[in-house]
Amino acid sequence: MATEFSLSRRHLLLSGTAITAATLLGRQRLAGAQPARDGGTLIAAADTEPRNLNPAIVASNGVFYVASKVIEPLAEMDYETGLRPLLAIDWQGSDDGLTFTVQLRPNVTWHDGTPFTSADVAFSAMEVWKPLQNLGRVVFRNLESVDTPDDGTAVFNFSEPTPPQLIENAMPALTSVIPKHLYEGTDIAENPHNQDLVGTGPFRFGEHRPGEFYRLHRNEDYWAETLPYLDEIVFRVFPDRGAIAAGLETGDIQVSAFSAVPLVELERMAAIDGVSVIPGGYEGITYQITLEINHRRPELADPRVRQAIRQALDPSFIVDTVFLGYATAATGPVPQTATDFYTDDVQMYETDTDAAEALLDEAGYPRGDDGNRFSLRLRPAPWFAQTRATGDYVRQALRGIGIDVEIVSADPAGHINAVYTEHDFDLAVGSPVYRNDPAISTTILFQGGLPAGVPFANQYGYDNPQMNEIISSASETIDTAERVGLYNDFQRLASEDLPIINLVEFTFITVARDDVQNIANNPRWATSSWADTWISD
Amino acid sequence: MGRTWTLIRRRLLQAIPVILIVSIGIFGLLELAGGDAVDAYLAVTGGGDPAFAERLRQQWGLDAGLWVRFLAYVESLVTLDFGWSVVMSKPVSVAILERLPNTALMMGAAIAFSACLGTLLGGIAALRKGTAADAGITVGALVLNAMPSFWIGLIAIVVFAVKLAWFPLGGIASFDRPDLAIGRVLDVAWHLVLPVTVLGLAYMALYVRLMRSAMIETAASDWVRAARARGLPRLRIVRRHMARPALLPVVTMLGLQAGNLLGGSVVVETVFAIPGLGSLAYDAVSQRDLPLIAGILLVGTLMVIVVNLLVDITYARLDPRVTDDRVRAGGA
Repeated sequence: MATEFSLSRRHLLLSGTAITAATLLGRQRLAGAQPARDGGTLIAAADTEPRNLNPAIVASNGVFYVASKVIEPLAEMDYETGLRPLLAIDWQGSDDGLTFTVQLRPNVTWHDGTPFTSADVAFSAMEVWKPLQNLGRVVFRNLESVDTPDDGTAVFNFSEPTPPQLIENAMPALTSVIPKHLYEGTDIAENPHNQDLVGTGPFRFGEHRPGEFYRLHRNEDYWAETLPYLDEIVFRVFPDRGAIAAGLETGDIQVSAFSAVPLVELERMAAIDGVSVIPGGYEGITYQITLEINHRRPELADPRVRQAIRQALDPSFIVDTVFLGYATAATGPVPQTATDFYTDDVQMYETDTDAAEALLDEAGYPRGDDGNRFSLRLRPAPWFAQTRATGDYVRQALRGIGIDVEIVSADPAGHINAVYTEHDFDLAVGSPVYRNDPAISTTILFQGGLPAGVPFANQYGYDNPQMNEIISSASETIDTAERVGLYNDFQRLASEDLPIINLVEFTFITVARDDVQNIANNPRWATSSWADTWISD
Repeated sequence: MGRTWTLIRRRLLQAIPVILIVSIGIFGLLELAGGDAVDAYLAVTGGGDPAFAERLRQQWGLDAGLWVRFLAYVESLVTLDFGWSVVMSKPVSVAILERLPNTALMMGAAIAFSACLGTLLGGIAALRKGTAADAGITVGALVLNAMPSFWIGLIAIVVFAVKLAWFPLGGIASFDRPDLAIGRVLDVAWHLVLPVTVLGLAYMALYVRLMRSAMIETAASDWVRAARARGLPRLRIVRRHMARPALLPVVTMLGLQAGNLLGGSVVVETVFAIPGLGSLAYDAVSQRDLPLIAGILLVGTLMVIVVNLLVDITYARLDPRVTDDRVRAGGA
């Protein structure tokens, strides 16, 4: 089951279309049999209402899910070409890595009728992505200015060499363009258009009834003339997962994304006439389950102890039992879905409790009279059922090699504070996201010397000069092959040092009615524009 | 009229120490739980560099020390000016007023439903004491009370929304609102049938038990025996001499239940996707939004006070012996 559920782009290409991978559980969906049809309202289930819906400020899946239909980035991920042009039609980085020139799509207008120009891109980059955006602050930190020689050209100037590959990889999630004329001179973070979105996308923002729904209307003046197909998209807020499953059954909901339907329900859903379970379309936002380790504990600072813990754990158990097969074992910090960076030439570990116990003995932690070597406090991240369940598994597995584990639970705010600010943990189960390039949100988990209080970052007390050196040189290496080589070194060192343990990787599942077409046809499908989504008769 | 105002004033004064204790308790518990609104926000958005969280804390006024934040919190309670909710990105008063009608409607209907049906069934059980009907009513109500309301809710959804498709799956109204006002009212009523029934059934057991035991007690009273001796019609005895005095504890219970239903509705609101005060309170706590918590706390307390005032007034009308609530406190 686990090996069948391959997530790699290569696999999807070999199999012809994303849809093939999608029929793992569902029946064969009607695909390409009839021409796309205009019209209809698509009703999608939403489980959150972000306080700030502006994707240029908040680059997160919850925001993109709704906002990506209204506000567009420069380019979108694509199974065949890697990147598909949206607001940008061409881009080129300079050899010295100091400039990155973008040609913009002509004849694009904002939803209020104002023409879209390079000034909007320059404004978004300098005033929003770099200073305000959660991810942009990292990727665009060396962005000095954006020149606009004409309405259709934006030239990004960097103070330090910045790899063009990184900028390309960041385009889908980090470069949502917002209209300068509505934001200039205002408090951008609290601008009312952060809720009442105005963009260039295939859908216009209609209304938001808090606790009920978001409603988007077809943009008649969209730059891709035949698109979008749908008249409307309604995101209905359903806080209860059982109700979402029921809604798919009745047809009150046509699409639910981000594994809103619990994994245990999928088999039952797939058996329902008219409903399909679709595991593709999230490769661009692959999550991992990691065991985070506090190196301030002397026992855990010893690499032999970390190796022993790794050998006591069986990722395939987590795949089969916790994820019911909807995951794959991880080999390091870069997931296998990231085909351009992933390497399997790393230190691999077998599950071997005898070897683990021998390592712990050697490290000077023999079993005491009660059978225990030492005790640890484990904080599982509370946001996924699977992070909590993995915590229970780790506890059970470590007990087997004489490490007593106490589970400590908190809600999300309490967890973030305890792990990333107070360092009040020995082990934690985390779920970092790989966002299309190791430099965006992955190397920060290994980089030493960060101040306390940076969440989803190395708050582990791990500081290896060699690791820091690889991360820093990769961040300014312009040559793509050389850069990829450095990230291969990064993965190797991570697997040898084991500052944290990458256990499994997973992407989300979509459940949809069979009449919804063109689902999961790009690697960020749920967070893409849905311009080509349509409903068959 | 003067008596009612005295009552209102006294209830409001009594509420002050209650609100104070509860609000200090909530502040303390949240401090113990650790994490602030920025932590909760970052848990959802992810990412950020070292200065990111710091900048947000400054922006949201969270970088001050414990005492400064506590005083700001108390000040908002005292001045009734709750300011801005960072979680909802709107004024606290707006966030609450959006939700309050939904909760008040659902809660009011559920209390009315459970009290009416419960009292009726309890009365029937008492009159048929020891029969199969009595056992059926008592056991049935207890079973409904013992089942978790989210579970009854989900079963109700599966049966009445999925299989039979009589009622909508959830929500407070259709997203295409009917044009006519009467249509909108019916639309909301149709959406509330399942959640109100589920909430009402869960709480019905209390009223059944109360009414049943009170009726059995009054049935054995001297005045009922006297009424029988006077040859009054049975129905009149049941209505005036048994049911009316037996209603007193039921009315008291109504007041006590008002607070419960507000809390109990979180689960039902979630299952039926009803945007109410319960789920707003849950969000406010999990997102560490102190101004919003303070606002909800106060509105919740006010609601309970208002319901209890109504109870007191009703009580005086039901029981002529009650002329002021000192007698009631001793007599009930």
